[in-house]
Amino acid sequence: MKVLSEDRTRKLFEKLTKYIGVNVKLLIDRPDGTYCFREKKDRVYYISERLLQLAQTVKPDHLISAGTCFGKFTKTNKFRLHITALTYIAPYAPYKIWVKPSAEQQFLYGHHVIKSGLGRITENVPKHQGVVINTMSDIPIGFGVVARSTTECRHADPLATIAFHQADIGEYIRSEDTLV
Amino acid sequence: MDIVNEILEREQKKAEKYKPITVEKHLELDIDVGTLLATDTNDLDIKSLSSDSERDTYLQSLARDNAQLLLNKIWELPTERIDEAIVVRLPAPKTVLPRSKPVPKPKPLSKWQEFAKAKGITKRKKDKLQWDEQLQKWVPLYGFKRSAAEKQKDWLIEVPQHIDPLTDMYEKKSSEKSEKVAKNELQRLKNIARAKKVKIPRVGLPVTSDKASATQLSTAAVVAKASTASLGKFQDKLPKEKEARGKGVHELIPGKERKRKAPIPTPQVEKENNLNLIDRILNKRPKIDMEKAVSKHIHEEQTQRSEEKKNMKPSKGPRKAKGKTNFSAKKPKAGKGQRNPGKKTPGRKRR
Repeated sequence: MKVLSEDRTRKLFEKLTKYIGVNVKLLIDRPDGTYCFREKKDRVYYISERLLQLAQTVKPDHLISAGTCFGKFTKTNKFRLHITALTYIAPYAPYKIWVKPSAEQQFLYGHHVIKSGLGRITENVPKHQGVVINTMSDIPIGFGVVARSTTECRHADPLATIAFHQADIGEYIRSEDTLV
Repeated sequence: MDIVNEILEREQKKAEKYKPITVEKHLELDIDVGTLLATDTNDLDIKSLSSDSERDTYLQSLARDNAQLLLNKIWELPTERIDEAIVVRLPAPKTVLPRSKPVPKPKPLSKWQEFAKAKGITKRKKDKLQWDEQLQKWVPLYGFKRSAAEKQKDWLIEVPQHIDPLTDMYEKKSSEKSEKVAKNELQRLKNIARAKKVKIPRVGLPVTSDKASATQLSTAAVVAKASTASLGKFQDKLPKEKEARGKGVHELIPGKERKRKAPIPTPQVEKENNLNLIDRILNKRPKIDMEKAVSKHIHEEQTQRSEEKKNMKPSKGPRKAKGKTNFSAKKPKAGKGQRNPGKKTPGRKRR
């Protein structure tokens, strides 16, 4: 478990602010203890200080994961969020998209959200904003990036892509071995 | 009868001269015929060993008996007759003899051999001779005959279109070959140094034949920047400059290898640092986002229009009434007013 370098920390926070904006502070400034980000094999883990100390007693070779995996740094040094981060992103996300029950499965199979599947969208979502995607019953099922702003959505044709797929909870099954 | 006794006596004398071939032992000997070794595990007669007069005879007889047993074993093997001599083929030895010299250490693998071993690449055997279609004869893999064949084949080398037409292709070829030989020699020396764990000085960036790749160029730029007396500390940075990354790059940059790992910050310090970093990210001066501006404008327009529509419906009635009392200083133009056929207007009489 390494401490993230400054460059990587910035990349991580920049990515997180795309989804939850100012609320990133709440992830670090928590009343229930100190939490931090640690890196292991290019994967970033969100872990409490107490748990980290316990994890450090395990030999690094034997430790597979500790805390919650937020995502990983690619070979080109870009940060990519994993679906495992959804638990922390969903409650704080200011921008959301609700998909119709008929389009849920399409999304969970890794497809983009199209206009016909769009149930509801937060007002004033700018283009290329990270959003959390919910079902109509307010259960978060993944996150994506908006392809059209809310105002543009109104005039889009039914097959136009509204949000690009980034991660969905179907990945827990589809890419079980690479998630960690 | 005299003759008979005489013969018997002579025979007895003969028998006394030669000892019997059978030997009695308490424990059987451990005999390894392959190495012609017999091991006697029976107890020695200490009394005869300690007395000076008997010791030699005792040891001699013991040695004879044991040799006899060994020879008996040898005679049990199938014999052959080669050139009037009786010969026995000994079996493989059972006893393991210790080495006189230490076991030789395995040769240290070269870098390529290590790589090939890890990847499972095995050497393929090439034929020593190869049929050359062009020359219509068998050409060896190497040697003077090979170089002669090459010379015969390359009586003319075409100059490619993309290079200078006046280049000497023969010279180019030979220089390429000598470069290859030099590279091979360098790698051989490097392998030796690696095996002996000698530290080799840095040689800078790898020499490339023609064009450098993007990573090589970026590495070169970073190395050049750090190659000042202050290790590039006061060098300006380009707006989108990236630090070169990759395997072995870090070692090339001056001053980098000596950098020690930063100590792990305490939780409080780390938290503070992170919060500062987040503030810096959030307070970044917002760019003028055209998309955002346009969409905002569209949104405003739409809301305005929808509000107008809502307001329009109830205010339709009074507006109409307003239209009737339309006073203006302008002269009414023809064809714009409302026609009222019932109204009688005085005018020119039409014929």
